[in-house]
Amino acid sequence: MTAFNRIALTAGLGFLYAPILVLIVYSFNDSRLVTVWGGFSTRWYGVLFGDGPLLASALVSLKVATLAAAIAVALGTLAALALDRHGRFTGRSVFTGLLYAPMVMPEVITGLSLLLLFVGLDVERGIPTIVIAHATFGTGFVAVVVGARLKGFDRSLEEAAADLGASPARVFLTVTLPLIAPSLAAGFLLAFTLSLDDLVIASFVSGPGATTLPMRLYSQVRLGVNPEINAASTLLIGAVSLVVLAASWLGARRGTTETV
Amino acid sequence: MRRGGPVLGRWLVRAPPVLWLGVFFLVPFAITVKISLSTPVTAQPPYRPVLDWSAGIAGWRAFFEGLELTNYAMLAADSLYWEATLSSLAYAAGATAILVLIGTPMALAMARASARTQPLLVALVVVPFWTSFLIRVYAWIAILKPEGLLNAALLKFGLLVQPLEILNTPLAVMIGLTYAYLPFLVLPLYAVMSRLDTALPEAAADLGASRSRIFFSITLPLAMPGLVAGALLCFIPMVGEFIIPDLLGGSETLMLGRMLWIEFFSNRDWPIASAVAVLLLILVVGPVVIFRGAEEQREEALR
Repeated sequence: MTAFNRIALTAGLGFLYAPILVLIVYSFNDSRLVTVWGGFSTRWYGVLFGDGPLLASALVSLKVATLAAAIAVALGTLAALALDRHGRFTGRSVFTGLLYAPMVMPEVITGLSLLLLFVGLDVERGIPTIVIAHATFGTGFVAVVVGARLKGFDRSLEEAAADLGASPARVFLTVTLPLIAPSLAAGFLLAFTLSLDDLVIASFVSGPGATTLPMRLYSQVRLGVNPEINAASTLLIGAVSLVVLAASWLGARRGTTETV
Repeated sequence: MRRGGPVLGRWLVRAPPVLWLGVFFLVPFAITVKISLSTPVTAQPPYRPVLDWSAGIAGWRAFFEGLELTNYAMLAADSLYWEATLSSLAYAAGATAILVLIGTPMALAMARASARTQPLLVALVVVPFWTSFLIRVYAWIAILKPEGLLNAALLKFGLLVQPLEILNTPLAVMIGLTYAYLPFLVLPLYAVMSRLDTALPEAAADLGASRSRIFFSITLPLAMPGLVAGALLCFIPMVGEFIIPDLLGGSETLMLGRMLWIEFFSNRDWPIASAVAVLLLILVVGPVVIFRGAEEQREEALR
């Protein structure tokens, strides 16, 4: 690395982490004001754990994220298999378009149009509709992660199993699936985190009684800086760091987390 | 397994994702287009016409006759929407340009780091990428507000006489966009750069090419699929961004994502909100098509 590389990297990482560190430090501030250091305190964590509505919304978010990530893994894995194994099939470009577009589509469009679908079908809005919405945009991300794994994959094991008379389904379940399992776990974690993070789409498709954590946080953030939110953020950042560590451990055999 | 397996098996693999994405991604767009041609009413649902299935052909005719272009005419006549369209594109383009300038040297430095430190550096960029977007934007409020940390620090060191107004200005929106999307540019670009063959730059260096010449005539062209994919992964969602203009830009920021939100949640005008969504969709459809192409090229590059 040259000096220029070093400076670029240090400055870039400094920019990425400075606001996060500020958030964490001030979550331990005794004072309610952001710029006044009132001494070290964990009182805001106490306030946080006494905040019933916030904890309830965290539970809603965890439920939604688990279900949405499970669906996204199933659909995303199938999509990755189709792209990796089916060659240049007809409709492939439509297929990749359907898969990649939800990853970049502005959230206000996805959220509004899904809501209009649910209203048109007269579906009651709540946790299930948020799960459907989150599974829809999680699928593409899972497909990218699993696809990366499938590319670095040794096909000779599958061929050996097939030569020995195993059916395609059996080959998939006993050979392919165990080999790509780490990428499925990494994909699950990614879809889970994306779901946990989403404010905009959930705001559109949720109904009364289904307030997710970001929706709850947003309603408080709009009122200004609040140390309790800092405490909640610190816990979330800690959880995410653990998840990233777990994912990079799962993806240690190259190609799963790197392309995320 | 034979390449692709039997036809039925292939169909079983492809059908579930296609059906799911068709029903929950494609069909909703068609509905949005339809509602953007409807008239708002105070009823449930809050728009007209509603298709009357029981009336048969007559119902369909009444339905199509009820559709109008009024909402688009309203958007076109309202200079606020023209300004919002232009400023959404300008914010997204400006922030993408800054991101390319900051992110390319970062990705390059990561790719040039030793094989042992690379996973650590990737993890360091991935943690903010996975950390709640809302929280990362929120963190800037405490830094940028008039009595915030940035002003406090600048005043303390005597660099300022009075606090700067940064929060609720276009500058705050630019800072927020750059900050929140940086990992989205760096990660795909790094993924390509880290797999480039090192023989070419080494050969060029042996032949006496300068570092900058090697970068601009070898590394950058080879890493282009990663750069294009990363830039579009930022540009497209930024055009319709809601959280950043809402929290950092204040009430005067004109961005389409925020206006759609206000039309929908505050004004409860679903047809106008749908027309704004269609407008946004038209703005991003070209970039989305290019993104898909770049993403496929990038996958080829990663093979």
